[in-house]
Amino acid sequence: MARQPLLIGCGAGFSGDRIDAADPVVTTLAENGGPACLMLETLAERTLALAQLRRREDPEAGYEPMLDALVAPILAECLGSGIRIVSNFGAANPEAAAWRIDEIAHLQGFPNPRIAVVTGDDLSGPEHHELLARYLHTSRVPVSANAYLGAEAIAEAWDAGAEVIVTGRVADPSLAVGPAMAHFGWDAGDWDRLGRATMAGHLLECGAQVTGGYFADPGFNDVPDLANVGFPIAKISEDGSCVIGKAKHTGGCVTLATVKEQLLYEVHDPAAYLTPDVTADITHAHVTQVGPDHVALSDVRGHERPATLKVTAFYEGGWLAEGGISYAGPGAEARARLAAEILVKRLPELALRIDLIGVVSVLADDHGRLISKAPIGDARDVRLRVAARHHDREAAERLAQEVTALYTCGPAGGGGVRTAIRQRLSTASCFVPREAVQARFDWVQ
Amino acid sequence: MMGSRTVPLRTLAHGRAGDKGNRSNVSVIARRPEYWDLLVAQVTEAAVAAVFAHREPSRVARYVLPNLHAMNFVLDDALDGGVNDSLNLDSHGKSLAFLVLDLAVEVPEDFKQTTGGDP
Repeated sequence: MARQPLLIGCGAGFSGDRIDAADPVVTTLAENGGPACLMLETLAERTLALAQLRRREDPEAGYEPMLDALVAPILAECLGSGIRIVSNFGAANPEAAAWRIDEIAHLQGFPNPRIAVVTGDDLSGPEHHELLARYLHTSRVPVSANAYLGAEAIAEAWDAGAEVIVTGRVADPSLAVGPAMAHFGWDAGDWDRLGRATMAGHLLECGAQVTGGYFADPGFNDVPDLANVGFPIAKISEDGSCVIGKAKHTGGCVTLATVKEQLLYEVHDPAAYLTPDVTADITHAHVTQVGPDHVALSDVRGHERPATLKVTAFYEGGWLAEGGISYAGPGAEARARLAAEILVKRLPELALRIDLIGVVSVLADDHGRLISKAPIGDARDVRLRVAARHHDREAAERLAQEVTALYTCGPAGGGGVRTAIRQRLSTASCFVPREAVQARFDWVQ
Repeated sequence: MMGSRTVPLRTLAHGRAGDKGNRSNVSVIARRPEYWDLLVAQVTEAAVAAVFAHREPSRVARYVLPNLHAMNFVLDDALDGGVNDSLNLDSHGKSLAFLVLDLAVEVPEDFKQTTGGDP
Protein backbone atom coordinates (compact mmCIF):
# COMPACT_ATOMS: atom_id res chain seq x y z
CA MET A 1 0.00 0.00 0.00
CA ALA A 2 1.36 3.39 -0.95
CA ARG A 3 2.21 5.47 2.07
CA GLN A 4 0.56 8.84 2.59
CA PRO A 5 2.70 11.85 1.67
CA LEU A 6 4.92 13.22 4.43
CA LEU A 7 4.73 16.91 5.28
CA ILE A 8 7.98 18.48 6.47
CA GLY A 9 7.83 22.03 7.73
CA CYS A 10 10.89 24.13 8.43
CA GLY A 11 10.71 26.35 11.51
CA ALA A 12 14.26 27.74 11.54
CA GLY A 13 16.90 28.12 8.84
CA PHE A 14 19.86 29.16 10.97
CA SER A 15 20.87 29.95 14.53
CA GLY A 16 19.49 33.43 14.89
CA ASP A 17 16.38 32.91 12.79
CA ARG A 18 13.00 34.32 13.92
CA ILE A 19 11.79 32.44 16.95
CA ASP A 20 8.12 33.06 16.10
CA ALA A 21 8.44 31.46 12.66
CA ALA A 22 7.77 27.86 13.68
CA ASP A 23 4.38 28.48 15.27
CA PRO A 24 2.37 29.06 12.04
CA VAL A 25 4.18 26.09 10.47
CA VAL A 26 3.14 23.79 13.31
CA THR A 27 -0.44 25.12 13.23
CA THR A 28 -0.64 24.43 9.49
CA LEU A 29 0.76 20.91 9.91
CA ALA A 30 -1.66 20.17 12.76
CA GLU A 31 -4.69 21.44 10.80
CA ASN A 32 -3.67 19.37 7.81
CA GLY A 33 -3.38 16.17 9.86
CA GLY A 34 -1.47 13.16 8.53
CA PRO A 35 2.20 12.28 8.97
CA ALA A 36 4.31 15.38 9.59
CA CYS A 37 7.53 16.66 11.02
CA LEU A 38 9.05 19.97 11.96
CA MET A 39 12.65 20.54 10.95
CA LEU A 40 14.74 23.16 12.72
CA GLU A 41 18.12 23.86 11.12
CA THR A 42 20.23 25.96 13.47
CA LEU A 43 23.82 24.92 12.90
CA ALA A 44 26.11 26.82 10.55
CA GLU A 45 29.78 25.83 10.37
CA ARG A 46 31.02 28.50 12.71
CA THR A 47 28.03 28.13 15.06
CA LEU A 48 29.27 24.68 16.01
CA ALA A 49 32.82 25.81 16.79
CA LEU A 50 31.46 28.55 19.07
CA ALA A 51 29.24 25.94 20.75
CA GLN A 52 32.29 23.75 21.37
CA LEU A 53 33.99 26.70 23.07
CA ARG A 54 30.95 27.23 25.31
CA ARG A 55 30.89 23.54 26.26
CA ARG A 56 34.55 23.73 27.30
CA GLU A 57 33.59 26.39 29.84
CA ASP A 58 30.39 24.69 30.98
CA PRO A 59 29.84 20.94 30.42
CA GLU A 60 26.05 21.49 30.53
CA ALA A 61 26.20 24.06 27.69
CA GLY A 62 27.13 23.81 24.03
CA TYR A 63 23.69 23.34 22.48
CA GLU A 64 21.67 25.99 20.64
CA PRO A 65 21.43 28.98 23.03
CA MET A 66 17.89 29.77 21.85
CA LEU A 67 16.68 26.20 22.41
CA ASP A 68 14.07 27.13 25.02
CA ALA A 69 12.73 30.01 22.94
CA LEU A 70 12.49 27.82 19.85
CA VAL A 71 11.00 24.73 21.45
CA ALA A 72 8.83 25.83 24.37
CA PRO A 73 6.12 27.55 22.26
CA ILE A 74 5.60 24.58 19.91
CA LEU A 75 6.54 21.45 21.85
CA ALA A 76 3.11 20.73 23.35
CA GLU A 77 1.31 21.12 20.03
CA CYS A 78 3.88 18.90 18.28
CA LEU A 79 3.73 16.15 20.90
CA GLY A 80 -0.06 16.39 21.11
CA SER A 81 -0.59 16.31 17.32
CA GLY A 82 2.01 13.69 16.43
CA ILE A 83 4.27 16.18 14.65
CA ARG A 84 7.79 14.93 15.15
CA ILE A 85 10.67 17.37 15.64
CA VAL A 86 14.03 16.82 13.93
CA SER A 87 16.81 19.30 14.57
CA ASN A 88 20.57 19.79 14.73
CA PHE A 89 20.08 22.17 17.68
CA GLY A 90 22.09 19.73 19.77
CA ALA A 91 25.20 21.43 18.30
CA ALA A 92 28.20 20.51 20.47
CA ASN A 93 26.11 18.86 23.19
CA PRO A 94 23.06 16.99 21.80
CA GLU A 95 22.54 15.02 24.98
CA ALA A 96 22.24 18.14 27.13
CA ALA A 97 19.80 19.61 24.60
CA ALA A 98 17.72 16.45 24.79
CA TRP A 99 17.66 16.59 28.61
CA ARG A 100 16.51 20.19 28.42
CA ILE A 101 13.70 19.30 26.00
CA ASP A 102 12.71 16.47 28.32
CA GLU A 103 12.43 19.01 31.17
CA ILE A 104 10.32 21.37 29.06
CA ALA A 105 8.04 18.50 28.04
CA HIS A 106 7.54 17.52 31.72
CA LEU A 107 6.68 21.11 32.62
CA GLN A 108 4.11 21.14 29.80
CA GLY A 109 2.44 17.95 30.97
CA PHE A 110 4.11 15.34 28.78
CA PRO A 111 5.82 12.96 31.23
CA ASN A 112 7.25 10.45 28.73
CA PRO A 113 8.33 12.08 25.48
CA ARG A 114 10.37 9.78 23.25
CA ILE A 115 13.53 11.77 22.61
CA ALA A 116 16.39 10.34 20.57
CA VAL A 117 19.93 11.68 20.40
CA VAL A 118 22.08 11.13 17.32
CA THR A 119 25.82 11.09 18.00
CA GLY A 120 29.05 10.13 16.33
CA ASP A 121 29.79 13.39 14.53
CA ASP A 122 32.02 14.85 17.25
CA LEU A 123 35.67 14.07 16.50
CA SER A 124 37.05 16.72 18.87
CA GLY A 125 38.33 14.34 21.55
CA PRO A 126 41.94 13.16 21.89
CA GLU A 127 41.01 9.68 20.64
CA HIS A 128 40.41 11.20 17.19
CA HIS A 129 43.55 13.34 16.95
CA GLU A 130 45.47 10.70 15.06
CA LEU A 131 42.71 10.38 12.45
CA LEU A 132 42.55 14.15 12.00
CA ALA A 133 46.32 14.46 11.79
CA ARG A 134 46.38 11.85 9.03
CA TYR A 135 43.71 13.49 6.86
CA LEU A 136 44.26 17.15 7.67
CA HIS A 137 48.04 16.86 7.46
CA THR A 138 48.65 18.83 10.63
CA SER A 139 49.45 17.93 14.21
CA ARG A 140 47.76 21.08 15.56
CA VAL A 141 45.11 20.30 18.15
CA PRO A 142 41.72 21.61 16.96
CA VAL A 143 39.15 23.51 19.02
CA SER A 144 36.58 21.22 17.45
CA ALA A 145 36.19 18.74 14.64
CA ASN A 146 32.90 17.30 13.42
CA ALA A 147 31.96 14.94 10.65
CA TYR A 148 28.86 15.60 8.56
CA LEU A 149 26.59 12.65 9.31
CA GLY A 150 23.86 11.53 6.94
CA ALA A 151 20.23 10.50 7.30
CA GLU A 152 20.54 6.90 8.44
CA ALA A 153 20.71 7.31 12.23
CA ILE A 154 17.84 9.83 12.02
CA ALA A 155 15.80 7.31 10.02
CA GLU A 156 16.52 4.59 12.58
CA ALA A 157 15.37 6.84 15.41
CA TRP A 158 12.20 7.72 13.46
CA ASP A 159 11.52 4.02 12.82
CA ALA A 160 11.90 3.35 16.52
CA GLY A 161 9.19 5.92 17.24
CA ALA A 162 11.15 8.99 18.29
CA GLU A 163 9.00 12.08 18.75
CA VAL A 164 11.99 14.42 18.98
CA ILE A 165 15.32 13.69 17.27
CA VAL A 166 18.25 15.80 18.43
CA THR A 167 21.46 15.82 16.41
CA GLY A 168 24.76 17.63 16.28
CA ARG A 169 26.43 18.01 12.91
CA VAL A 170 24.52 16.33 10.11
CA ALA A 171 24.31 17.48 6.51
CA ASP A 172 21.43 19.97 6.51
CA PRO A 173 19.26 18.17 3.90
CA SER A 174 19.63 14.92 5.86
CA LEU A 175 17.29 16.43 8.49
CA ALA A 176 14.55 15.94 5.86
CA VAL A 177 15.94 12.83 4.17
CA GLY A 178 16.00 10.81 7.42
CA PRO A 179 12.27 11.20 8.15
CA ALA A 180 11.32 10.55 4.49
CA MET A 181 13.55 7.48 4.30
CA ALA A 182 11.96 5.98 7.41
CA HIS A 183 8.40 7.02 6.61
CA PHE A 184 8.45 5.50 3.11
CA GLY A 185 10.79 2.63 3.92
CA TRP A 186 13.40 3.53 1.28
CA ASP A 187 16.68 1.64 1.05
CA ALA A 188 19.91 3.46 1.72
CA GLY A 189 20.86 2.71 -1.90
CA ASP A 190 17.72 4.09 -3.56
CA TRP A 191 19.67 6.92 -5.12
CA ASP A 192 16.87 8.58 -7.12
CA ARG A 193 14.50 8.83 -4.15
CA LEU A 194 17.27 9.95 -1.83
CA GLY A 195 18.37 12.53 -4.42
CA ARG A 196 14.84 13.93 -4.67
CA ALA A 197 14.35 14.10 -0.90
CA THR A 198 17.78 15.70 -0.57
CA MET A 199 16.77 18.54 -2.84
CA ALA A 200 13.49 18.90 -0.91
CA GLY A 201 15.59 19.19 2.25
CA HIS A 202 17.87 21.63 0.48
CA LEU A 203 14.89 23.85 -0.42
CA LEU A 204 13.68 23.73 3.21
CA GLU A 205 16.94 24.10 5.10
CA CYS A 206 17.24 27.89 4.90
CA GLY A 207 13.69 28.58 6.05
CA ALA A 208 12.24 31.69 4.41
CA GLN A 209 14.87 31.74 1.67
CA VAL A 210 12.48 29.67 -0.48
CA THR A 211 9.30 31.57 0.44
CA GLY A 212 10.24 35.09 -0.63
CA GLY A 213 12.77 35.86 2.09
CA TYR A 214 16.14 36.91 0.73
CA PHE A 215 14.42 37.53 -2.62
CA ALA A 216 12.73 40.92 -2.36
CA ASP A 217 14.25 43.65 -4.51
CA PRO A 218 11.77 46.54 -4.68
CA GLY A 219 10.50 47.25 -8.17
CA PHE A 220 12.13 44.07 -9.46
CA ASN A 221 11.13 41.25 -7.10
CA ASP A 222 8.21 42.44 -5.00
CA VAL A 223 7.14 40.17 -2.15
CA PRO A 224 3.85 40.60 -0.23
CA ASP A 225 3.99 41.13 3.55
CA LEU A 226 7.68 40.28 3.87
CA ALA A 227 7.60 41.34 7.54
CA ASN A 228 5.50 38.25 8.23
CA VAL A 229 7.17 35.93 5.77
CA GLY A 230 5.88 32.38 6.17
CA PHE A 231 8.24 29.45 6.50
CA PRO A 232 8.14 26.54 4.05
CA ILE A 233 6.33 23.23 4.16
CA ALA A 234 7.26 20.47 1.70
CA LYS A 235 4.87 17.69 0.81
CA ILE A 236 7.06 14.71 -0.02
CA SER A 237 5.62 11.89 -2.11
CA GLU A 238 6.54 8.23 -2.09
CA ASP A 239 8.86 8.74 -5.11
CA GLY A 240 10.71 11.52 -3.25
CA SER A 241 9.42 14.38 -5.40
CA CYS A 242 7.95 17.34 -3.53
CA VAL A 243 5.66 20.34 -3.63
CA ILE A 244 6.87 23.38 -1.71
CA GLY A 245 4.26 25.49 0.03
CA LYS A 246 4.27 27.62 3.16
CA ALA A 247 2.53 28.15 6.48
CA LYS A 248 -1.06 29.44 6.28
CA HIS A 249 -1.94 33.08 7.02
CA THR A 250 1.60 34.36 6.53
CA GLY A 251 3.37 36.69 4.12
CA GLY A 252 5.92 35.92 1.48
CA CYS A 253 5.40 33.89 -1.68
CA VAL A 254 6.39 30.60 -3.28
CA THR A 255 6.99 31.10 -7.01
CA LEU A 256 9.14 29.55 -9.73
CA ALA A 257 11.63 32.35 -9.13
CA THR A 258 11.94 31.87 -5.35
CA VAL A 259 12.27 28.10 -5.73
CA LYS A 260 14.88 28.31 -8.49
CA GLU A 261 17.02 30.72 -6.47
CA GLN A 262 17.05 28.44 -3.46
CA LEU A 263 17.51 25.31 -5.57
CA LEU A 264 20.86 26.69 -6.78
CA TYR A 265 21.88 28.24 -3.45
CA GLU A 266 25.31 26.95 -2.39
CA VAL A 267 25.27 24.43 -5.25
CA HIS A 268 28.40 24.00 -7.32
CA ASP A 269 28.13 21.36 -10.07
CA PRO A 270 24.35 20.89 -10.52
CA ALA A 271 24.99 17.30 -11.65
CA ALA A 272 26.74 16.43 -8.40
CA TYR A 273 25.38 17.97 -5.22
CA LEU A 274 27.23 15.88 -2.66
CA THR A 275 25.82 14.86 0.71
CA PRO A 276 26.58 11.89 2.96
CA ASP A 277 23.39 10.25 1.61
CA VAL A 278 23.60 10.63 -2.15
CA THR A 279 25.01 12.54 -5.11
CA ALA A 280 21.98 14.56 -6.20
CA ASP A 281 21.62 15.72 -9.79
CA ILE A 282 19.36 18.63 -10.79
CA THR A 283 20.45 18.93 -14.42
CA HIS A 284 17.10 17.53 -15.61
CA ALA A 285 14.97 19.09 -12.86
CA HIS A 286 11.74 20.93 -13.58
CA VAL A 287 9.78 23.35 -11.42
CA THR A 288 6.05 23.86 -11.94
CA GLN A 289 3.64 26.29 -10.30
CA VAL A 290 0.84 23.93 -9.24
CA GLY A 291 -1.22 26.45 -7.29
CA PRO A 292 -0.93 29.79 -5.49
CA ASP A 293 2.24 29.59 -3.35
CA HIS A 294 2.77 25.95 -4.35
CA VAL A 295 5.63 24.87 -6.59
CA ALA A 296 6.46 21.27 -7.55
CA LEU A 297 10.04 20.07 -8.00
CA SER A 298 10.36 17.03 -10.27
CA ASP A 299 12.89 15.06 -12.32
CA VAL A 300 15.70 15.25 -9.78
CA ARG A 301 18.00 12.24 -10.04
CA GLY A 302 20.40 10.60 -7.66
CA HIS A 303 23.68 8.76 -8.02
CA GLU A 304 25.80 6.76 -5.62
CA ARG A 305 26.82 8.57 -2.44
CA PRO A 306 30.44 9.62 -1.85
CA ALA A 307 32.69 6.99 -0.25
CA THR A 308 33.94 9.48 2.33
CA LEU A 309 32.46 11.86 4.89
CA LYS A 310 33.41 15.51 5.16
CA VAL A 311 35.01 16.66 8.39
CA THR A 312 35.46 20.31 9.32
CA ALA A 313 37.92 21.25 12.06
CA PHE A 314 38.35 24.62 13.74
CA TYR A 315 41.61 25.97 15.13
CA GLU A 316 42.42 28.98 17.22
CA GLY A 317 43.19 31.66 14.67
CA GLY A 318 44.44 34.67 16.62
CA TRP A 319 42.48 37.90 16.85
CA LEU A 320 40.32 40.05 14.61
CA ALA A 321 40.23 43.79 15.30
CA GLU A 322 37.81 46.20 13.69
CA GLY A 323 37.22 49.92 13.98
CA GLY A 324 35.00 52.51 12.35
CA ILE A 325 34.61 56.29 12.25
CA SER A 326 32.18 58.45 10.27
CA TYR A 327 32.67 61.64 8.23
CA ALA A 328 29.84 63.66 6.72
CA GLY A 329 29.14 66.82 4.76
CA PRO A 330 31.45 68.59 2.29
CA GLY A 331 34.83 66.88 1.89
CA ALA A 332 33.70 63.81 3.83
CA GLU A 333 35.28 61.35 1.42
CA ALA A 334 38.63 63.21 1.36
CA ARG A 335 38.72 63.29 5.16
CA ALA A 336 37.88 59.56 5.41
CA ARG A 337 40.62 58.76 2.89
CA LEU A 338 43.12 60.85 4.87
CA ALA A 339 42.16 59.02 8.08
CA ALA A 340 42.81 55.70 6.30
CA GLU A 341 46.25 56.88 5.18
CA ILE A 342 47.08 57.85 8.77
CA LEU A 343 46.09 54.42 10.09
CA VAL A 344 48.18 52.64 7.44
CA LYS A 345 51.19 54.78 8.42
CA ARG A 346 50.77 54.25 12.15
CA LEU A 347 50.06 50.50 12.04
CA PRO A 348 52.84 49.09 9.86
CA GLU A 349 52.72 45.75 11.67
CA LEU A 350 49.12 45.12 10.58
CA ALA A 351 47.83 44.37 7.07
CA LEU A 352 44.79 46.64 7.14
CA ARG A 353 41.65 46.14 5.19
CA ILE A 354 40.13 49.53 4.35
CA ASP A 355 36.45 50.11 3.56
CA LEU A 356 34.93 53.45 2.67
CA ILE A 357 31.30 52.70 3.38
CA GLY A 358 29.22 54.86 1.07
CA VAL A 359 31.95 54.76 -1.59
CA VAL A 360 33.24 51.21 -1.90
CA SER A 361 33.14 48.43 0.68
CA VAL A 362 31.63 44.93 0.65
CA LEU A 363 32.06 44.31 -3.08
CA ALA A 364 35.80 45.07 -2.76
CA ASP A 365 38.62 42.78 -1.62
CA ASP A 366 40.96 42.36 1.36
CA HIS A 367 44.01 43.39 -0.68
CA GLY A 368 42.69 46.84 -1.59
CA ARG A 369 42.79 46.23 -5.33
CA LEU A 370 39.32 47.62 -6.04
CA ILE A 371 39.56 50.60 -3.69
CA SER A 372 42.90 51.62 -5.20
CA LYS A 373 41.17 51.89 -8.58
CA ALA A 374 38.01 53.61 -7.33
CA PRO A 375 37.96 57.21 -8.59
CA ILE A 376 38.29 59.76 -5.80
CA GLY A 377 34.86 61.31 -5.50
CA ASP A 378 33.00 63.69 -3.28
CA ALA A 379 30.79 61.37 -1.22
CA ARG A 380 29.25 63.32 1.63
CA ASP A 381 28.43 60.56 4.10
CA VAL A 382 31.26 58.08 4.52
CA ARG A 383 32.14 55.61 7.23
CA LEU A 384 35.74 54.49 7.32
CA ARG A 385 35.99 50.90 8.48
CA VAL A 386 39.30 49.13 9.03
CA ALA A 387 39.97 45.53 9.99
CA ALA A 388 43.03 43.38 10.59
CA ARG A 389 44.01 40.06 12.08
CA HIS A 390 47.02 39.20 14.21
CA HIS A 391 48.07 36.16 16.21
CA ASP A 392 48.88 38.41 19.16
CA ARG A 393 46.03 40.11 21.01
CA GLU A 394 48.01 43.19 21.96
CA ALA A 395 49.03 43.83 18.38
CA ALA A 396 45.40 43.52 17.26
CA GLU A 397 44.28 45.91 20.02
CA ARG A 398 46.57 48.59 18.61
CA LEU A 399 44.10 48.98 15.74
CA ALA A 400 41.28 49.83 18.14
CA GLN A 401 43.50 52.36 19.94
CA GLU A 402 44.57 54.09 16.73
CA VAL A 403 41.03 54.38 15.39
CA THR A 404 39.88 55.84 18.72
CA ALA A 405 42.75 58.36 18.70
CA LEU A 406 41.43 59.77 15.40
CA TYR A 407 38.89 61.63 17.57
CA THR A 408 41.46 64.26 18.46
CA CYS A 409 44.50 63.53 16.29
CA GLY A 410 42.79 62.89 12.95
CA PRO A 411 41.01 64.81 10.23
CA ALA A 412 38.20 67.21 11.08
CA GLY A 413 34.72 66.12 11.99
CA GLY A 414 35.26 62.42 12.62
CA GLY A 415 32.61 60.93 14.90
CA GLY A 416 30.98 57.76 16.07
CA VAL A 417 34.01 55.59 16.74
CA ARG A 418 33.20 51.95 17.43
CA THR A 419 35.81 49.28 17.88
CA ALA A 420 35.65 45.55 18.50
CA ILE A 421 38.09 42.75 19.01
CA ARG A 422 37.28 39.07 18.93
CA GLN A 423 38.89 35.68 18.80
CA ARG A 424 39.17 34.16 15.35
CA LEU A 425 38.67 30.55 14.41
CA SER A 426 40.29 29.21 11.31
CA THR A 427 39.01 26.12 9.54
CA ALA A 428 40.29 23.14 7.66
CA SER A 429 38.25 20.42 5.98
CA CYS A 430 39.06 16.91 4.87
CA PHE A 431 37.35 13.71 3.83
CA VAL A 432 37.64 10.59 5.97
CA PRO A 433 36.55 7.01 5.26
CA ARG A 434 32.97 6.33 6.41
CA GLU A 435 34.21 3.51 8.64
CA ALA A 436 36.09 6.04 10.80
CA VAL A 437 32.79 7.59 11.95
CA GLN A 438 30.21 5.68 14.00
CA ALA A 439 26.79 7.33 13.82
CA ARG A 440 24.14 6.01 16.21
CA PHE A 441 21.08 7.04 18.14
CA ASP A 442 20.23 6.54 21.81
CA TRP A 443 17.19 7.29 23.92
CA VAL A 444 17.35 9.97 26.54
CA GLN A 445 15.57 7.79 29.06
CA MET B 1 18.74 48.48 -39.50
CA MET B 2 17.77 48.10 -35.89
CA GLY B 3 20.05 49.63 -33.28
CA SER B 4 20.79 48.25 -29.86
CA ARG B 5 21.10 49.53 -26.32
CA THR B 6 22.27 48.13 -23.00
CA VAL B 7 20.31 47.35 -19.86
CA PRO B 8 21.56 46.09 -16.50
CA LEU B 9 21.33 42.30 -16.16
CA ARG B 10 19.07 42.84 -13.14
CA THR B 11 16.21 43.84 -15.46
CA LEU B 12 16.41 40.48 -17.26
CA ALA B 13 17.49 38.13 -14.49
CA HIS B 14 17.54 37.58 -10.76
CA GLY B 15 20.06 35.61 -8.74
CA ARG B 16 21.55 34.71 -5.39
CA ALA B 17 25.06 34.20 -4.06
CA GLY B 18 26.08 31.35 -1.79
CA ASP B 19 29.37 30.35 -0.19
CA LYS B 20 31.17 27.23 0.87
CA GLY B 21 34.65 27.78 2.19
CA ASN B 22 36.57 30.03 -0.21
CA ARG B 23 34.24 29.27 -3.11
CA SER B 24 31.31 31.45 -4.13
CA ASN B 25 28.43 30.54 -6.38
CA VAL B 26 26.12 33.02 -8.05
CA SER B 27 22.96 31.97 -9.85
CA VAL B 28 21.63 33.99 -12.78
CA ILE B 29 18.00 33.12 -13.58
CA ALA B 30 16.05 34.51 -16.53
CA ARG B 31 12.97 36.45 -15.52
CA ARG B 32 11.26 35.17 -18.70
CA PRO B 33 12.05 32.24 -21.00
CA GLU B 34 12.42 34.61 -23.95
CA TYR B 35 15.45 36.25 -22.31
CA TRP B 36 17.30 32.95 -22.03
CA ASP B 37 19.21 32.86 -25.34
CA LEU B 38 20.37 36.42 -24.88
CA LEU B 39 21.69 35.63 -21.39
CA VAL B 40 23.48 32.47 -22.50
CA ALA B 41 25.19 34.43 -25.28
CA GLN B 42 26.28 37.39 -23.17
CA VAL B 43 26.58 36.35 -19.51
CA THR B 44 29.62 34.20 -20.11
CA GLU B 45 32.42 32.91 -17.91
CA ALA B 46 34.64 35.67 -19.31
CA ALA B 47 32.08 38.39 -18.56
CA VAL B 48 31.63 37.22 -14.96
CA ALA B 49 35.38 36.70 -14.46
CA ALA B 50 35.88 40.33 -15.54
CA VAL B 51 33.60 41.74 -12.83
CA PHE B 52 35.42 39.63 -10.23
CA ALA B 53 38.93 40.52 -11.50
CA HIS B 54 39.85 42.27 -8.22
CA ARG B 55 39.00 39.07 -6.29
CA GLU B 56 41.42 37.10 -8.50
CA PRO B 57 39.41 33.85 -8.59
CA SER B 58 41.55 30.86 -9.59
CA ARG B 59 38.73 29.49 -11.74
CA VAL B 60 35.33 30.65 -12.99
CA ALA B 61 32.97 27.93 -14.24
CA ARG B 62 29.49 28.31 -15.69
CA TYR B 63 26.90 25.54 -15.47
CA VAL B 64 23.84 25.91 -17.69
CA LEU B 65 20.41 24.57 -16.72
CA PRO B 66 18.13 25.13 -19.74
CA ASN B 67 15.09 23.50 -18.06
CA LEU B 68 15.22 26.14 -15.36
CA HIS B 69 16.42 28.99 -17.60
CA ALA B 70 19.18 29.33 -15.05
CA MET B 71 22.96 29.47 -14.95
CA ASN B 72 25.21 28.78 -12.01
CA PHE B 73 28.58 30.50 -11.78
CA VAL B 74 31.16 28.94 -9.47
CA LEU B 75 34.11 31.11 -8.48
CA ASP B 76 37.01 29.34 -6.80
CA ASP B 77 39.16 31.25 -4.28
CA ALA B 78 37.05 34.39 -4.65
CA LEU B 79 36.20 35.08 -0.98
CA ASP B 80 39.55 36.15 0.54
CA GLY B 81 39.65 32.86 2.43
CA GLY B 82 35.93 32.53 3.16
CA VAL B 83 33.66 33.31 6.07
CA ASN B 84 36.17 32.58 8.84
CA ASP B 85 39.20 34.19 7.25
CA SER B 86 38.03 37.16 5.20
CA LEU B 87 38.23 40.67 6.67
CA ASN B 88 35.25 41.78 4.59
CA LEU B 89 32.18 42.99 6.49
CA ASP B 90 30.30 40.58 4.23
CA SER B 91 32.64 37.64 4.70
CA HIS B 92 30.11 35.24 3.14
CA GLY B 93 30.05 37.27 -0.07
CA LYS B 94 26.27 37.39 0.07
CA SER B 95 26.18 40.77 -1.67
CA LEU B 96 28.12 39.49 -4.68
CA ALA B 97 25.03 38.47 -6.68
CA PHE B 98 24.39 42.17 -7.21
CA LEU B 99 27.87 42.67 -8.63
CA VAL B 100 26.92 40.19 -11.36
CA LEU B 101 23.39 41.61 -11.77
CA ASP B 102 24.98 44.98 -12.61
CA LEU B 103 26.54 43.59 -15.83
CA ALA B 104 25.51 45.47 -18.97
CA VAL B 105 23.55 43.36 -21.42
CA GLU B 106 22.98 44.42 -25.00
CA VAL B 107 19.37 44.26 -26.21
CA PRO B 108 17.63 45.34 -29.46
CA GLU B 109 16.45 48.95 -29.50
CA ASP B 110 12.79 47.93 -29.42
CA PHE B 111 13.28 45.36 -26.65
CA LYS B 112 10.42 45.31 -24.16
CA GLN B 113 11.50 44.41 -20.68
CA THR B 114 9.41 43.35 -17.76
CA THR B 115 10.26 42.96 -14.14
CA GLY B 116 9.14 40.36 -11.66
CA GLY B 117 9.68 36.64 -11.84
CA ASP B 118 8.24 34.13 -14.25
CA PRO B 119 4.54 34.71 -14.79
